Amino acid sequence: MNLIPSFEFQRVIVAPWTQDIGSYGWIALMGFLVATACGLVGNYLILRRMALVGDAISHSVLPGLAIAFLVANTRSSLVMFLGALGAGVVTTLLIELIHKKSRVKQDAAIGITFSSLFAIGVILISVYASKVDLDQDCVLYGEIGTIPLMGPTPIVRMACVTALTIALIIVFYKELLVSSFDSGLAYSLGINAGVVHYSLMCLLSVVVVSAFESVGAILVIAMLILPGATASLLSQRLPLMLGLTVLHAALSSVLGIHLAVWLDCSIAGAMVVMGAVLFGLAWIFSPQQGLLWRALRSRGNHCQTVPAVLSSE
Amino acid sequence: MRFANYDSRFTRCLLLLAVILGAGTINVSAARIGDISETDIVGQAVRFFTFQDPAVRYALIGSMLLGISCGLLGSFIVVRKMALVGDALSHAVLPGVALGFLWNMTKDPVAILVGATLAGLIGAATVTLIKQTTRLKEDAALGLVLASFFAMGICLVTMIQRLPTGNKSGIDKFLFGQAAALGPDDVRLMAIVTAGAIAAITIFYKEFLVTSFDAAFARVAGFPAQVIHYALMLLLAFAVVIALQAVGVVLVSAMLITPAAAAYLLTDRMSRMLWLSAIFGMVAGATGAFFSFLGPKLPTGPFMVLGATSVFVLAFLFGPRHGVIVRWLRQRSRARRVQRENTLKSVYHVLEARDFKGEGVSLRELAERRRETIEDVKEQASNLRSNGLVSLHDEGDVIFLTPAGWQLACAIVRNHRLWELYLTNAAQIAADHVHEDAEKIEHVLGEETVRQLEKRLAGMTTDPHGKPIPTLADIRQGTGFSERPTEPTGYGKR
Repeated sequence: MNLIPSFEFQRVIVAPWTQDIGSYGWIALMGFLVATACGLVGNYLILRRMALVGDAISHSVLPGLAIAFLVANTRSSLVMFLGALGAGVVTTLLIELIHKKSRVKQDAAIGITFSSLFAIGVILISVYASKVDLDQDCVLYGEIGTIPLMGPTPIVRMACVTALTIALIIVFYKELLVSSFDSGLAYSLGINAGVVHYSLMCLLSVVVVSAFESVGAILVIAMLILPGATASLLSQRLPLMLGLTVLHAALSSVLGIHLAVWLDCSIAGAMVVMGAVLFGLAWIFSPQQGLLWRALRSRGNHCQTVPAVLSSE
Repeated sequence: MRFANYDSRFTRCLLLLAVILGAGTINVSAARIGDISETDIVGQAVRFFTFQDPAVRYALIGSMLLGISCGLLGSFIVVRKMALVGDALSHAVLPGVALGFLWNMTKDPVAILVGATLAGLIGAATVTLIKQTTRLKEDAALGLVLASFFAMGICLVTMIQRLPTGNKSGIDKFLFGQAAALGPDDVRLMAIVTAGAIAAITIFYKEFLVTSFDAAFARVAGFPAQVIHYALMLLLAFAVVIALQAVGVVLVSAMLITPAAAAYLLTDRMSRMLWLSAIFGMVAGATGAFFSFLGPKLPTGPFMVLGATSVFVLAFLFGPRHGVIVRWLRQRSRARRVQRENTLKSVYHVLEARDFKGEGVSLRELAERRRETIEDVKEQASNLRSNGLVSLHDEGDVIFLTPAGWQLACAIVRNHRLWELYLTNAAQIAADHVHEDAEKIEHVLGEETVRQLEKRLAGMTTDPHGKPIPTLADIRQGTGFSERPTEPTGYGKR
């Protein structure tokens, strides 16, 4: 058996949408919902230079989930949500505490906090392996491949979260926009930056915990950052960026399924790899910031004489 | 030049350690007993501490070695504010580990080392490139590279596990770490890398130090900052890779950041920070090896990380200089001193208001002066008495200043009024704006500053509000203040 199976058009491209639509359709939908919700929130994280807070929260959700399981002994959505929200708040507070009360810088504070919480989570799920319905593999890869077997509940839940995210972003569009770009203007318009910040953190916790089950703790970071980063390479206008985020989510989900079917590997991993490939394409070919145009432009500049450069300005 | 005479004792110690490590690894040759079937915790603990089992020895030595190398290199990334670069680098090595594994389908430490180091360096270079060529900021670039490389690694790992030989390869041990899986080859490689890191840091200590703390000076002085940066990345990648098997990809960054951050809280000197950080890393490594040995399925990495976190929490709370508790105590004692001095000042004001006739000040007078309740003033008075600054009479209702109390009260009032005078005379600030500032500074003016103020303001006896400034003679005089000298005696005459 080879590491890389041969590329059979029928098996890789056609079959997932014809005979296996029953399972891959659901997986594609789930991947799209997860990537959309994460990507939309992630856009604001990137704009506010808080991408690594997303990193921290996605790791520290694990102990929150494990403790919620152990205390309440159920896997109901509400308990999971509360556990994850608690973990998210604790993470934010701990980072602030370490950063404010000692001379440790913020980056190190983030690193210390999330790794400790994640370590507690991993120990809890390995000690109480029989009681907690989570295992180490799920933490890393997610369980998106088993979505078709789990009935409609997870998809409906994720759809609700995605709809909630979209609704909140539409309703509070102005507040988010202004407070992300110009805190002074936000203050003068009477927008409470603290409330916006903590609401965004809560939304992030909700999105991360819903996505956690499907894609695992670490790939969530990719889902948060990749769509927004790709979009920001292609456009400078926020509405367009949000649209491109959704497009990126859909493309990476569909292409990821094809890659996973071809290579027979982790589906969540393949979705992220395709998302990264899309980012790479945007990085090279983007009309304004792309590497290719940059290279062409700089060569063009070399050929121009000094008066030409002056006159062109 | 100050950088030239860096601690040569430190250098020699490190070299000695490097030699011992290098020599020690040659004798590591016993067979490895990997499978641990007992589940009895006490029995396992006894087995751990008797060191009979070679697996225990390998796990322990390996964990301590990785603690040393991660602690040393982590110190540099913490002081360079690059902590999360370590995080990104450690996630980015995963595809390299998988490719190194594919090289000949066994867990060959050297192939994995090469693959993982390359992947880590490519990851670090990608972060730099994204930062330089796009509008994305460092945080987004780090998160992006971290997660994308990790996803590639996950895809490769799942593909390897699908292969017939892949399933028992133990590649999944790389994710959360299992120190019990360390063999003699692994430990030997860890020792070589650790010795190399120690040697590199010892030899190029000055270069690492200068580029970490003062990049501009390093450039001017002709240090190749870029080369040193990439050398550090290379060493970092090595340290991450040898730590992988015991700590796991996911948590390796904590072994870089946490011991170094704990050491950073305890000292201001780089050489001492390196020592502390290496020791903390070692302690954390040994802790992790011990706890994961107690149960059959316990991963090592998380326990190591929690060991390191405990050290950090202790340093955070009880550090002698920067610890939270010490700082809180210091702050409280400062607040109390200010409170005492303010009360004494009020006593002086009361006395001054009645031209220093009669020495006792009743609590009521003081309370009116301070606009506080009698209870508050009473408490302050008893605090002053326990510091020997006042004595209480008439059942604690009347306050008499002791000589020490009188001197302190005069000194504070004098500081206050001198400062007011200075602000109005030298800084041309209106007289009604200087009081607030003087209220704050009166408690912190040092002897030296007061002498300078005296010199500048020689001959002036009253503050901008027309009140006489207590003279040095007043201070020396003690409590008998019937006559005030007309001529200022202490001013300007040193």
